[in-house]
Amino acid sequence: MQHQLEQFLRALRAADVKVSPAEAIDAARTIVAVGYADRELFKDALCATLAKTRDEVDRFDQTFETFFSRDQFHLPPPPPDGERKGGESGEPSPAEEAAANSPLAQMLLQGDSTAVAQAMEAAAERAGVGEIRLSTQRSRLTRKLLDEMGLAQIEQIIANARRMPDGEGLADRLDAARRALAAEAQRYVERQHELYASGSGKALREEMLAKKALNADGGIDPVDLAMMQALVRKMAKRLADRYSRRRHKAHRGHLDVRKTLRRSTAYGGVPFEIAWKIKKVDKPSIVAICDVSKSVAAAAQFLLTFLYSLNDVVDHLDAYAFSGRLIPVNDILDDNGVEGAILKVLQTIGFQQTDYGKALEDFVENHIDKVDRHTTVIFLGDGRSNFADPRLDLMHLIQQRARAVIWLNPEPESYWGQGDSVMYRYERFTHVAKQCNTLGQLERIIEDVLRTYVPH
Amino acid sequence: MDALIEGLSSVGYIASRRIATALYMAVNLQKPILVEGSAGVGKTELALSTARLLAHPLIRMQCYEGLDESKALYEWKYGKQLLYTQILKDRMGEALSDAPSMDAAMDRLHGMGDLFFSEPFLEPRPLMQALRQDDGCVLLIDEIDKSDEAFEAFLLEVLSAYQVSVPELGVIKAKTPPLVFLTSNNVRDLGDALKRRCLHLHIPLPEAALEERIVATRVPGIEATLTKELVAFVQSLRTLDLRKAPSISETVDWARALILLHADSLDPSMVRDTLNVILKFEQDIVAVEPQIVELLHRR
Repeated sequence: MQHQLEQFLRALRAADVKVSPAEAIDAARTIVAVGYADRELFKDALCATLAKTRDEVDRFDQTFETFFSRDQFHLPPPPPDGERKGGESGEPSPAEEAAANSPLAQMLLQGDSTAVAQAMEAAAERAGVGEIRLSTQRSRLTRKLLDEMGLAQIEQIIANARRMPDGEGLADRLDAARRALAAEAQRYVERQHELYASGSGKALREEMLAKKALNADGGIDPVDLAMMQALVRKMAKRLADRYSRRRHKAHRGHLDVRKTLRRSTAYGGVPFEIAWKIKKVDKPSIVAICDVSKSVAAAAQFLLTFLYSLNDVVDHLDAYAFSGRLIPVNDILDDNGVEGAILKVLQTIGFQQTDYGKALEDFVENHIDKVDRHTTVIFLGDGRSNFADPRLDLMHLIQQRARAVIWLNPEPESYWGQGDSVMYRYERFTHVAKQCNTLGQLERIIEDVLRTYVPH
Repeated sequence: MDALIEGLSSVGYIASRRIATALYMAVNLQKPILVEGSAGVGKTELALSTARLLAHPLIRMQCYEGLDESKALYEWKYGKQLLYTQILKDRMGEALSDAPSMDAAMDRLHGMGDLFFSEPFLEPRPLMQALRQDDGCVLLIDEIDKSDEAFEAFLLEVLSAYQVSVPELGVIKAKTPPLVFLTSNNVRDLGDALKRRCLHLHIPLPEAALEERIVATRVPGIEATLTKELVAFVQSLRTLDLRKAPSISETVDWARALILLHADSLDPSMVRDTLNVILKFEQDIVAVEPQIVELLHRR
């Protein structure tokens, strides 16, 4: 059972339930305490020790069911006794004798599904099916599993029986059983793959995705879109966690002499109660302005996804989107799901000719009061103005009012200043301007931004 | 396990199997138990009932932002320490006046017992009290998610080894480890280190049958038909998109209110008048009011 438990923990880890060695020990102690007799009890007790959040409880339930479920074998039932003897003589034919010598053949012929299932577990262990990593290993491992069970021998018996005059019946029965066995082995390997490999495969794909350029041709594959959104949300959440932590910090500062002296009067001038100066924590706010025009079409969806997630986790976020004109999108982000919100923003103002000058004008005219010395302004865009007036004066105004201005550009730095890009001219008015076109980069940058420029 | 469920119900707590299992494991493995769930599903009540069942004293610590160890663990009795030093000063002169030299006076001083930082001057706070109970107790650390992260880290020693270190006195270890409950409303995510040391129990909103039993136990004298109607109504409320869906405590409160009003069945006007007992937000009440009749007839 020790081994079984370890396998189960491995499956849990593959399903993204964090199990530390300490918890593994707890699990073993749990099993000692509750025993295996009651399946529900066993499951609930393990669940309490191993799964530590609601999501993990769901994943635990799922893994538990997959791991501890065994399909019933559907072997052809053994024929009635009289028929099996067959022929006039009571003597077994050589083929039957060979079958009697093979334990697997016996199990199959007698339809003993429990024994076959046990044999399969043992064979799987020898074949190392549990080590499965990739989906391409499935067929090889199935073959290996069957070999370990002694399939070659069965095949030989069948071939021999076919050559015998009265061996057809036996051969047919064995053949049917062999096929059932092969199918079951395939299902078994499939299940193992689901348990151990799907998790690591997912991690691998997420890693690839984080490195993929977002404005590559065709953008993000629709297949990966859901995963990307999940990834972005995870990132935003992690950032918000870390960031709220910093906000709570900085409570203890220097000794507040005045308060301490005042409190000490109660003790005859002896400073027993000591008061500390408390740093006032600024309520930070972020203004995000996102370009959704044609030139950044590939990246726009991703930038909006990030904006959406950030809106979920940061208290004070004012979000704007523009291509020709600029509109506030806070309401859209609040009222819709992520896909709906992105679609709606793009429908409203997306994919028109970019006009940075006009957008800045709109912003300064209507929303400049949102920017004060506590505000960090984040621009997400490529800085391509279609040769219109970039209105650097307005950019300068924003820079003067804001605590920090950050520009994230999906284009590589070598493209800045080429063609209609005025990125270099805008860059003078930003505190930091960075290339940002993979999820990995985005996360790193945003983290730097929050640490350096957001007041805390 | 069934005995445990029965025991809990005898002190007025109707537990599901998962709850009972988690409790059983907590006692057996001597691990703290982290209870999560939305407000009013009976997280705190579970700890209270367990204390009643085991006939142990319950020590409760409410967490909030800014809670630190001087409020959770121990504090020195500064006033008494101050008096002590004054007495000491007066006596010191007498005791040392006949010493022949400064060195001898110092020797004599070192020979005297040092009481300044000692148990009599220690003011135990909830955690320390819990560790000092000789026959065990139930320690309830309520709403741990409201406390700071620093405090969470400080709790780790208490939760895993059932001991605390007081710099002036050394390590104080519990003779009988207390049964610890931590509750959380998920205001923030707890640290992995804390989670790892605890068993985890999530209490969901109950099914209709379970909720009926809870109401029947909590509100003695309520009629079975009213209970059924009431629970069905609350259950259908939960399917609506509300800002705060009513939980068990609201159901129980509502049942009590209806008993007070001598209602024996639900009618729309009665529901409308008492809706503020189960719904705590103006928007929710406004959203539900026009649907009351429909909801009542849905069954």
